[in-house]
Amino acid sequence: MSDHDYTPKSKAGKWFNDRLPLLTLGAHLTDYPTPKNLNYWWTFGGILTFCLLTQIITGIVLAMHYVAHADLAFASVEHIMRDVNYGWLIRYIHSNGASMFFLAVYIHIFRSLFYGSYKSPREVIWIIGLLIYLLMMAAAFMGYVLPWGQMSFWGATVITNLFSAIPLVGESITTWLWGAYSVDNPTLNRFFSLHYLIPFLILGLVVLHIWALHVPGNNNPVGIDIKKPSKDTVPFHPYITIKDTFALLMFMIVFAGFVFFSPNVLGHSDNYIPANPLVTPAHIVPEWYLLPFYAILRSVPDKLGGVILMFGAIFILFVLPWLDTSKVRSAVFRPIYRQFYWIFVLDVLMLGYMGAMPAEGIYLVLARVGTIYYFAHFIIVMPVVGLLEKTDPIPMSISEPVLTGGADPALARKDNEKI
Amino acid sequence: MKRFNIKSLLFIITFLLASSAKLHSAGESTEPLKVDWSFKGVTGKFDRASLQRGFQVYKEVCSSCHSMQYLSYRNLGEPGGPEFSEQEVKAIAASVEITDGPDDQGEMFTRPGRPADKFKNPYPNVKASIAANGGAYPPDMSVLVKARPGGSNYIYSVLVGYEDPPAGVTLDDGVYYNKYMIGNKIKMSSPLSDDIVEYSDGTQATVDQMAKDVTTFLSWAAEPELEERHRTGVKVIIYLILLTTLVYLSMKKIWSRVDTEV
Amino acid sequence: MSKEEKKVNRRDFLFTASYTIGAVGLGAVVWPLVHQMNPDKAQQALATTEVDVSQVEPGNSITVLWRGKPVFLKRRTQEEIAEARAVSMSDLPDPQKDEDRVKDGKDEWLVMLGVCTHLGCVPLKDKGDYNGWFCPCHGSHYDVSGRIRKGPAPTNMEVPKYEFVDNNTIKIG
Repeated sequence: MSDHDYTPKSKAGKWFNDRLPLLTLGAHLTDYPTPKNLNYWWTFGGILTFCLLTQIITGIVLAMHYVAHADLAFASVEHIMRDVNYGWLIRYIHSNGASMFFLAVYIHIFRSLFYGSYKSPREVIWIIGLLIYLLMMAAAFMGYVLPWGQMSFWGATVITNLFSAIPLVGESITTWLWGAYSVDNPTLNRFFSLHYLIPFLILGLVVLHIWALHVPGNNNPVGIDIKKPSKDTVPFHPYITIKDTFALLMFMIVFAGFVFFSPNVLGHSDNYIPANPLVTPAHIVPEWYLLPFYAILRSVPDKLGGVILMFGAIFILFVLPWLDTSKVRSAVFRPIYRQFYWIFVLDVLMLGYMGAMPAEGIYLVLARVGTIYYFAHFIIVMPVVGLLEKTDPIPMSISEPVLTGGADPALARKDNEKI
Repeated sequence: MKRFNIKSLLFIITFLLASSAKLHSAGESTEPLKVDWSFKGVTGKFDRASLQRGFQVYKEVCSSCHSMQYLSYRNLGEPGGPEFSEQEVKAIAASVEITDGPDDQGEMFTRPGRPADKFKNPYPNVKASIAANGGAYPPDMSVLVKARPGGSNYIYSVLVGYEDPPAGVTLDDGVYYNKYMIGNKIKMSSPLSDDIVEYSDGTQATVDQMAKDVTTFLSWAAEPELEERHRTGVKVIIYLILLTTLVYLSMKKIWSRVDTEV
Repeated sequence: MSKEEKKVNRRDFLFTASYTIGAVGLGAVVWPLVHQMNPDKAQQALATTEVDVSQVEPGNSITVLWRGKPVFLKRRTQEEIAEARAVSMSDLPDPQKDEDRVKDGKDEWLVMLGVCTHLGCVPLKDKGDYNGWFCPCHGSHYDVSGRIRKGPAPTNMEVPKYEFVDNNTIKIG
């Protein structure tokens, strides 16, 4: 932000800004030069900020009425749904908001994968983003436990038992997580406490995420470095703010569709049965956004192996910037990688589907194939394709698509629009 | 060109997965019957008369075994529900003996119910209900419709789905065959039979009619906010579309200053 | 009006309309977030309390809980009633006749919220300078009709809605 020479017009503003340069920060955010060719996939950063704030606000409200006790939690949720003024609305926004949050974050992540936004010099943005994603999963998991229905209870049992796979100390760690000898009231209480904490950690990381973004500036669909500010950029306000607002409103229409017309379609009906430590539901499935990882976990016949692979599936993303050997960022100019990218998308969708099916027969076979491909994509495809691929010519700038090679400039632009 | 092939392949496969997911969830038992409920759809509302009849069925048939612990008698008079009059709600509540206390001597006592009381539980606790029902727990009905895949259709189907077991299926004592029940075996005998209740509005109390009425009542009990939710939802979506249009036009205006399309 | 001006006007209208409608929406979102903190439906429906007063001797009082607050039910003696009615209105910071604080024909029964109108403490009975109640928190004196006589409290103790179900039973609320 030192790049910004800003002097407030009013005397009071100058007095304040000399002591705390909030107005300089505001001016920086307003004028922040943004590539003018960002497409709608780039609006999900703003949408995610909206999701986080929605979850925090509705969550604080719910915490005013919710009781974190094994005997009362289920009843207190029903109390919210039935008696609290607008309680049903606030709870349905919160529960569906979690799904919308993940929908947006997956689009955001896959956008980054397509356009190579994780590559130098944006590795730190990517890694902070992954930390946010990890915390989101933790928050979502613990939040799902709070209503204390059957899926809450058994989901908590299954996930906490993952840690028992750790050799030697596994059992002790699990008991320590529980605060009892099974998932019980102490578990519920601490999950509530942590569930309230994590969103604020995420908020802190979001600030760092944006800060790290504002150092090199946005990547863009063409993936080239741009001079800023220049003919290739527009000021963040009003150009990007209005575009983000438009995309956010479209997103909110979908969100409202779920909240008002099928608020329970993304959940599981078993979670309206109060937790019962004596009976396990026939099929335990996590919420949809965790299904691909669940499929990876179940595809390994070994307890420890499954846990390692599942966590490995997330942690491999942290080294992605160094596994990708290509010098070209955007998949728009990478004809081979582009094919593999869509195969990878398909693979993750298939894994998600297998996660929802019983782990037997053809489902298990497909889950295993999907798991192997998932890792192969990062360990084999990314480095090898990057080295061997002949990329398409890249334009010199966004405004003037002068290509490095002799190909038709219109081609690059056309490609751009299609994405 | 190739890219589009893969993309369309992606959509086809996703579609197939999604449709097969539906097939799979059908499981072993027969797919529930589909009823054209008045409360389905974007502007769906409950049928008031059916709710009132359904409450009568619950009170006279179900409530001897099934609790509805999250409902209060006052709910019966609230908007969006059966909407009994204040007098009727008071009378319904007063017809029930509620245990209250302790009094100044430390003794529990009974008194007539009041609208603010929760529905009276037929058993003192869950274990008593299991013991009284041959080892099967009669589930609490407050959110039963939300707690079963298939929801209202499933509850209705089970109520009308009792039949003689097919050849080769043997049933233990106190176990009944039901076409739509998950696993086909149910420990509740068919609760409805023609004219088991007498409707005051003259509706013929057939099994099918009662099953529809009581399912409507249970659907309301599980989602008492449904009508308000639908009403608010329509307003919110209309509002959002209006604002989105305005913002879209504003965006077009603003971006007309640069050469990039939005 | 030139073409240019028309264009500008249309743009201004668009932006103003977007902002206005956006602000209306924000307002509509804020209301549920505020209203959720108001008493919920279960609180609003809180039962009335019926009190058996057959055991209360003249001159004594009992206290019961209603809506989370104490309610004083005092059976007054004839002397106390006479004393309350002899007070001149000009001596009262919050003038109110004793007759208006009790039910006709049941004037031995004083039913009121046992909450000091200053800052909500519970006054002590048979204390203070006026033979009534005295609030220990900040020194408000109430008379035998529960009316404020001295101290920081601004008004008389509140009489809730109540009725006699029969001679021995009072229903509050």
